[in-house]
Amino acid sequence: MGTSANKRTIGFSAGFPEENEALPFAEHSKRSVFRVHNTLGWITPAILIAGWELTARARLVDSSLFSSPAQIAAELWKITLNGELLSHLEATSLRVLAGFAIGVSAATVLGALTGYSGTARRLLDPLLQSLRSIPSMAWVPLFLLWLGIGESSKISLIALGAFFPVYLNLMNGVRNVDRKLVEAGLANGFRGFALAKAVILPASLPAYLTGLRQGLSVGWMFVVAAEIMGASRGLGYLLIDGQATGRPAIMMSSVILFAICGKLSDGVIATLSERWLYWQDVYRT
Amino acid sequence: MLRLENITKRFSNGTLALETINLEVAPQTIVSIVGASGSGKSTLLRMISGLEVPSTGQLSWNGQPIQRSQRKISFIFQEPRLMPWLKVSHNVRLGLGPSPDREDEKLVTEAIAKVGLERFAHALPRELSGGMAQRVAIARALVARPSLVLLDEPFSALDAFNRLKLQNHLLKIWAIDRTTLLVVTHDVEEALVFSDRVIVLTGQPGRISEDFFISLPRPRRRTDPEFQAWKQAILDAFDPSLLNESETLGEKSYASGH
Ligand SMILES: Nc1ncnc2c1ncn2[C@@H]1O[C@H](COP(=O)(O)OP(=O)(O)OP(=O)(O)O)[C@@H](O)[C@H]1O
Ligand SMILES: [Mg+2]
Repeated sequence: MGTSANKRTIGFSAGFPEENEALPFAEHSKRSVFRVHNTLGWITPAILIAGWELTARARLVDSSLFSSPAQIAAELWKITLNGELLSHLEATSLRVLAGFAIGVSAATVLGALTGYSGTARRLLDPLLQSLRSIPSMAWVPLFLLWLGIGESSKISLIALGAFFPVYLNLMNGVRNVDRKLVEAGLANGFRGFALAKAVILPASLPAYLTGLRQGLSVGWMFVVAAEIMGASRGLGYLLIDGQATGRPAIMMSSVILFAICGKLSDGVIATLSERWLYWQDVYRT
Repeated sequence: MLRLENITKRFSNGTLALETINLEVAPQTIVSIVGASGSGKSTLLRMISGLEVPSTGQLSWNGQPIQRSQRKISFIFQEPRLMPWLKVSHNVRLGLGPSPDREDEKLVTEAIAKVGLERFAHALPRELSGGMAQRVAIARALVARPSLVLLDEPFSALDAFNRLKLQNHLLKIWAIDRTTLLVVTHDVEEALVFSDRVIVLTGQPGRISEDFFISLPRPRRRTDPEFQAWKQAILDAFDPSLLNESETLGEKSYASGH
């Protein structure tokens, strides 16, 4: 097709010329990859660490209470070499992973059910909402009583914590799916499971992913509680152990490791969200 | 043949939207429904498509009651209502229903070509203009070769130029496929350009007050004096109290509603 701008056609028989001359659309590029290169995000922590180190060297703080970055790094290096760090990381991550997986599975089934069916919602939601208002720490002694001090009580506590954000977000996501899209599905013969798969699930995916992110962060919060209530391995144990043995560098290492683990695992879901929600029509800065 | 017998619709909040609607629509014709806002036009289409259930009366298609799973009826809404997560071709494929055959892929390509969007087959809805998105909606509605297409103010969200293009486009498709079209519109001229028949709904609850069989030859020209005479006749069938307003505002603004 020609490109002459002043070629004129009378009437509409020419079809839709402007689009016919447009560039062909490539198979859609899923909006891309890990944001490892967010260099700006490193600036603030780098400045803080440098300032902290300088303050420590100038002996402005009591180093027996507040370790310097260099002391923490040395401590971390030591437990890396003797294998302790890996063992603690492994224990904590596995607990979070297991608890999160169990909580998310239950929340996905129940959230989808109560979102989709009004009867299921009236039947189950009041109970679940009242369970949600129980402070998490109130469960600790009960779980210890029922499940003992081993892994199952810890994993259950984490699962419970991860459950509610996922459940609530998914239920509301399903309930608030745009009626207009549902009608477009109905008008094209989609019913029941087909409608759920073609319209309702994709439309509630953003809310679900938000729930997953919140659930995971609650999981990391609860693992501390779970490990403080008695453990021989794990980052929470490291914290308590550092306290018992009067080693602030160990305690601060533990806190920093929690921050890193939380951020990394959140980054995984954030990256998945970007990949799966590339279609969203949102304002981006 | 679409047949409505003694249809009434009362919503659960008590609003009586339509009363005693009797209507027969012959196959392969284009019928327009015009009427003031709130006269029940959308409600009527939604009942025919199965999105609403009539309170009383019978709806039948070729002698059979219209079931909710009726596949040979499609709906073009006022807005495109595309699934934002599906690219254009997959949105069009939704028109084939939940379990399309493998060979139907050809129909999808054809339907997209008919609306001139071949090169946008892989685009996402957010990358389309309003007019393009509405054309995707048209392709989705026509891909399954429906025998009846319901259109609820399909072009009212578009600018005048795109509206003319799409009206023309739909007429061309109709000239080939001879699908029965039932079009709700605010625009009397649009109704006249399209229709073999123009039905006027008035009042609240809405009733059919006039039923014009338009004998104008096609293609129709808006400037034709006969066209203008029909237009006046249809406008006269509207609520007379509104008519005075139309004279002061000019017919154009009256015809396009609010
Ligand atoms: N879901 C609903 N619940 C209760 N009342 C409704 C509902 N939908 C429509 N109505 C009422 O039914 C009547 C007809 O509405 P409808 O949408 O069919 O009008 P319309 O002719 O399409 O109007 P417009 O030209 O403005 O689109 C109105 O009085 C409206 O308030
Ligand atoms: Mg309407």
